[in-house]
Amino acid sequence: MSADSPGTISRDEVAHLARLARLAVTDAELDLFAGQLDVILGAVARVGEVAADDIPPTSHAVPLQNVFRADERRPSLSQEQVLAGAPAAEDGRFRVPRILDDEPPMGSSLTEGEPA
Amino acid sequence: MTEELTRLSAAALAAKVHSREVSAVEVARAHLDRIAAVDGAVHAFLHVGADSALAAAGRVDAALAAGEAPASPLAGVPLALKDVFTTADMPTTCGSRILEGWRPPYDATVTARLRAAGVPILGKTNMDEFAMGSSTEHSAYGPTRNPWDTGRIPGGSGGGSAASLAAFEAPLAIGTDTGGSIRQPAAMTGTVGVKPTYGGVSRYGLVACASSLDQAGPCARTVLDAALLHTVIAGYDPLDSTSIDAPVPDVVAAVREGASGDLAGVRVGVVSELGGEGYQPGVERAYRAAVQRLEKLGAEVVEVSCPHFQYGLAAYYLILPSEVSSNLARFDAMRYGLRVDPGGASAEEVMALTREAGFGPEVKRRIILGTYALSSGYYDAYYGQAQKVRTLIARDFAAAFAQADVLVSPTAPTTAFPLGDKLDDPLAMYLNDLATIPTNLAGVAAMSVPCGLAEEDGLPVGLQVMAPALGEAAMYRVGAAYEAARDADDRDDARAPLIQRVPNLEVHA
Repeated sequence: MSADSPGTISRDEVAHLARLARLAVTDAELDLFAGQLDVILGAVARVGEVAADDIPPTSHAVPLQNVFRADERRPSLSQEQVLAGAPAAEDGRFRVPRILDDEPPMGSSLTEGEPA
Repeated sequence: MTEELTRLSAAALAAKVHSREVSAVEVARAHLDRIAAVDGAVHAFLHVGADSALAAAGRVDAALAAGEAPASPLAGVPLALKDVFTTADMPTTCGSRILEGWRPPYDATVTARLRAAGVPILGKTNMDEFAMGSSTEHSAYGPTRNPWDTGRIPGGSGGGSAASLAAFEAPLAIGTDTGGSIRQPAAMTGTVGVKPTYGGVSRYGLVACASSLDQAGPCARTVLDAALLHTVIAGYDPLDSTSIDAPVPDVVAAVREGASGDLAGVRVGVVSELGGEGYQPGVERAYRAAVQRLEKLGAEVVEVSCPHFQYGLAAYYLILPSEVSSNLARFDAMRYGLRVDPGGASAEEVMALTREAGFGPEVKRRIILGTYALSSGYYDAYYGQAQKVRTLIARDFAAAFAQADVLVSPTAPTTAFPLGDKLDDPLAMYLNDLATIPTNLAGVAAMSVPCGLAEEDGLPVGLQVMAPALGEAAMYRVGAAYEAARDADDRDDARAPLIQRVPNLEVHA
C-alpha cells in the first residue's frame, strides 16, 4: 500500500504535530514515525475513493441528543480523594510547575522553543 | 481437587458454590494457586488481588451460610478484570507507564456491578497500552503469551483477559472492544468473547481509548458463561450518557434455546467481503465448515454483500486516532500519573517530557496521526470523509440485516502469530482487525466462538457472529447452537472439547 503513498507526510510535519500533541519525541523516533506514518496515511487515504458528497457523517453509532440529568446535589469525591493521585499537592491544591515564562507568551514558545 | 475446579465452567462452579458443595473461598484459592503456578509463563496479570478476592469470596460464603439467596447466578465465581477499568482497591495502569501504580479513587460501574453480584475479582489483566494494539505486545509491562503456544501472541488488546481463560487461571474475564479487542483475542485463544451493542454496558470508569467505539463485554470459555456474565454487567447507567436506557436482551434464555440445537427459521448471512484473499487457508476452511454446521442445524444460509466494509479499516484508523489524540490529552502530569520534572521547567515542558517518557510508540503514533487528521486543511479529506464512510458501513449493515438475522465471518484473518512478527510494521498489525472493525463503526453487536483448529498450525480459529443493535439474543442463540454441535462432533470423533486441548503449561510450585 505504500506504493500508493506519494510521501504524504514529512519528518518536519511529524515534528510539528508532536509539538502540538505535547510529545517531546527524540530524533530517532521522528525518523521511525515519519516513515511509518507515511505508510499508514497512504492506506487510510483510501477513504477518499468513496463518493460520499451527499452522505451525512456519523460521529456516533447511537443517535443521541443532549442527554441531561436532573440538576440535583449528589455525592462526589472528597478533596483528599481527588488529590490522592496527584504528582504533587499542597494546601489542598494541585501543585504544578510554573506556567508563565519571563519572555514571550506561551503560544510562541510552544511552536519554537520546545525541544524536538 | 483444586486443579479440577479451575477446569470447570463458570455455570458449573456457581452450581457447586450455591449448593455449598465447595466454598467460594476454595474456588478463589484454586484459581489464585493456578495463577501462582502458571502466570510466570503466560503473564496474563499485571496485578493479583489475592486478599480482596478471598475477602469477596468469604462474603459470598457467609451470605450463603446465613441462608441468603446468591446475589447473582455468578456469585462466588471469580473473574479477571482488564486493567482499563478503575478499581478502588487495586492499581489501574491501562498497560501504560504513565499510570504506573495509579490507585483510582472510585470503581467503574462494571467493577461495582461485579462486586454487587458477588463476583470476586482475582486481579487486573495485561493489555496493549490504552487498548491500542492487536497482540498485547504494546503493554509497557511486557507481552502476554498465548497458552496454546507461548512463543505466540494471545491477540490484543485484551490478550491478558483471553489468556487467563485459556490458561485456566480464571473462568470469567472482562474485556473492552474498540475494534476487535475482545473478539480477536478470543479467536486467538480458543475462547468466547462478546462485544455488546454500543451503549449496552456502561463506560463509566472505563479509561477511554476512542469513546464512540469503546464497548466493554464478557469473556468466557463457554457461550452460556458469557451470557451469564453479560447479564451481570449490562444495562442502563445514568453515569454514562451514551448508555442505552432499554431492557437487556435475555441472552441466557437465548443460549438455552440455542443449545437445543435447532436453528430452523434462522437466517444466517455470510458476508462476501470478509474472507478469501488475505485469509489463512486453515482459517478459511474452519470457517466454511462452521457455516455448513449451522446449515445442518437448520439455519438458512444466505450470501450478503457489504461493499463498504473494505473501507472500514481506513475509516477506523482515522476516527480512532482522532478520538485518541483528544482523549489522551488528559494525561498532562498535573492531576494524576507520572510527572517527569527536570527542575525549573515550565508546565508545558513537563507535560511534553512526561508524555514522551510515559507513552509507548504505538500510542505516540496514534496521537500524532489523530492530531494530523483533525488539523485544519486535512479535516475534510480525512476525519470528515471517514465519518461519511461510517454512515455507509452502517447502511451496509442495515441492508444485510434485512436479509439475515445474524451475519457471520471469520473473526480474524489468521491464527495467532509469533511474538515480534508484526511489531515493526504497524499497518500489518492493523490488518488483524479487518473483520471486527465494521461492527464497532456501526455500533452493532458481535461475538467470537471457537470453531476448531487450523490444519496447518493446530491453533484456534474464531467464528464471528454479528447481530443488529440490541439483537444480542439472536447472536447468542446461534453461538450456543454452534458450540453445542461442535462439542457433539468432538465427542463423536473421540476428541476432547476444544478448550481442553490447550497444551499443559509448565507449572511452578
